[in-house]
Amino acid sequence: MSKVDLSVKIGSLQLRNPIMLASGTVGYGNEISEFSNLNKLGAIVTKSLSLNPRKGNPPQRIVETPAGMLNAIGLANVGVDEFLKEKIPFLKKYDVPLICNIAASTVEEYVECTRILDSEETIKAFEINVSCPNVKDGGLQFGNDKNAVGNVTAKVRAVTNKPLIIKLSPNVSYISEFAQVVKDEGGDAVSAINTLVGTAFNIFTRKPKIFNINGGLSGPAIKPVALAKVLEISRKVDIPIIGIGGIMNWKDIIEFMIVGSSAVQIGTLNFIDPTAPEKMITELEDYCIANKVEKLSDLTASYII
Amino acid sequence: MFIVNSPVLETKQVHENIYIQKIHSPEIARLIKPGQFLNIRVSENTFPLLRRPFSICDVDGENISLMFNILGEGTRILSHKHPGDFVDILGPLGNGFNLEGDHKTAIIVAGGLGAAPFPFLTRKIINNKKIISFVGGRTKQDVITYGLENLVLSSDDGSIGFTGNVVQSLENNLDKIEIASSKVFACGPNAMLRVLKDFCLKHNIDCEVSTECAMACGFGICQGCPIESTSNSDKYLLVCKDGPVFNVKDVVI
Repeated sequence: MSKVDLSVKIGSLQLRNPIMLASGTVGYGNEISEFSNLNKLGAIVTKSLSLNPRKGNPPQRIVETPAGMLNAIGLANVGVDEFLKEKIPFLKKYDVPLICNIAASTVEEYVECTRILDSEETIKAFEINVSCPNVKDGGLQFGNDKNAVGNVTAKVRAVTNKPLIIKLSPNVSYISEFAQVVKDEGGDAVSAINTLVGTAFNIFTRKPKIFNINGGLSGPAIKPVALAKVLEISRKVDIPIIGIGGIMNWKDIIEFMIVGSSAVQIGTLNFIDPTAPEKMITELEDYCIANKVEKLSDLTASYII
Repeated sequence: MFIVNSPVLETKQVHENIYIQKIHSPEIARLIKPGQFLNIRVSENTFPLLRRPFSICDVDGENISLMFNILGEGTRILSHKHPGDFVDILGPLGNGFNLEGDHKTAIIVAGGLGAAPFPFLTRKIINNKKIISFVGGRTKQDVITYGLENLVLSSDDGSIGFTGNVVQSLENNLDKIEIASSKVFACGPNAMLRVLKDFCLKHNIDCEVSTECAMACGFGICQGCPIESTSNSDKYLLVCKDGPVFNVKDVVI
């Protein structure tokens, strides 16, 4: 039996398969490499980087909720300089496309981070996290403001020719409107979805369970929401979509592709079973063989509605 | 660190709401050190979703033991594992206690379920060093002595041993210990560790503490378990990777 073609394309970015590891769930690759052969994966996305190191939030940062978890790490990261100096040499050893996720507090910081990282050839694409920080003027969340998302996309686009992916917030009424803005301003793809805003309280102390009060909900609990958001974008906007949200097994990957994803990212599952993403590659192959799918990418947006 | 499925040999209740689970896991038994921990997935369902961290309680040949109380759904499921059932173990994780050094006496200070890592430490240390175990809890029910030796007990309400907390109990026995040649190994609630830190700094006693924090992965990728460092206020340490055992001087508790 000849091998199935698992390769996918996101704009000009060619991946050997659609399985990417999501930002914030792989660190900078070193820990997870003890469990998984990174060279087999489609791509890995770094922990969000900011211009300067960020300490992140005090504990408690994480709490489990039914079929999910809330996190408020606070974008703790080493900053771009240390990333280039200390983390890139390790990542260079691998033959897996490296995507840098960038989170910033101002448009200028997004641009500056991208500009500095752009010359590093190991980095194959950028994923811009517009779903977390606040803007300097106005104090609105970037991710909730179409003009801000458009502005960041256009300004970052101007300083890099590498594939530019914008990671969208699900905490909006019509996510497709944001995907349209990304397309209009020259973005190559969107990642959908980032975490959903949630909270949890201790019923005895009446205090929030996490320091930040609100956190981002991830895990299988959000999968139906993520699928609906991906489908909405897929039906309204012609832009490659990287589907994210509660993927726990290969069936979830297929489902995300059917509703419109060109590739997927696995996040929370890496905390539970860091060996799982690699195992799913052969399971995807088996599905394709059993269902006479010659090219896995043919599944993208193959929904019948 | 790696993931291994290992069979349960027995689960027994040794104290009010305290269980010891013995698991046949030669892979883990060979490598793990006192104070290190395991992150255990109790079921393949989505609730509980995350693994649960447990310090290694004891190692005997190819078998390992965990000590836990039933706190929620995860530990409830674990307590119902029968001989032959498998547990999905990720480990060994973190840094354990440093048993080297020229101290002549190991002073164990355990509060409540903080006794969990010390049966293994006792086993590893006893051949060449003196050991004294200060074990305390709120009431008699919380004083866990499983696998410990040369006990000095205390309880907040006086229902067993010295009346007061475990650090007061240690202080009360100071004249019986050669402080200069001792090292403290401690585990327990943060409130206890804070008082112990002050005590050890005051008396200039070398002290290692096992800390805990809610975490997801247990090996550094989720960044969920920060602990403040005394040497660099710009950056948190991680309980899972930099700890869970720290020299008490290195962390803000």
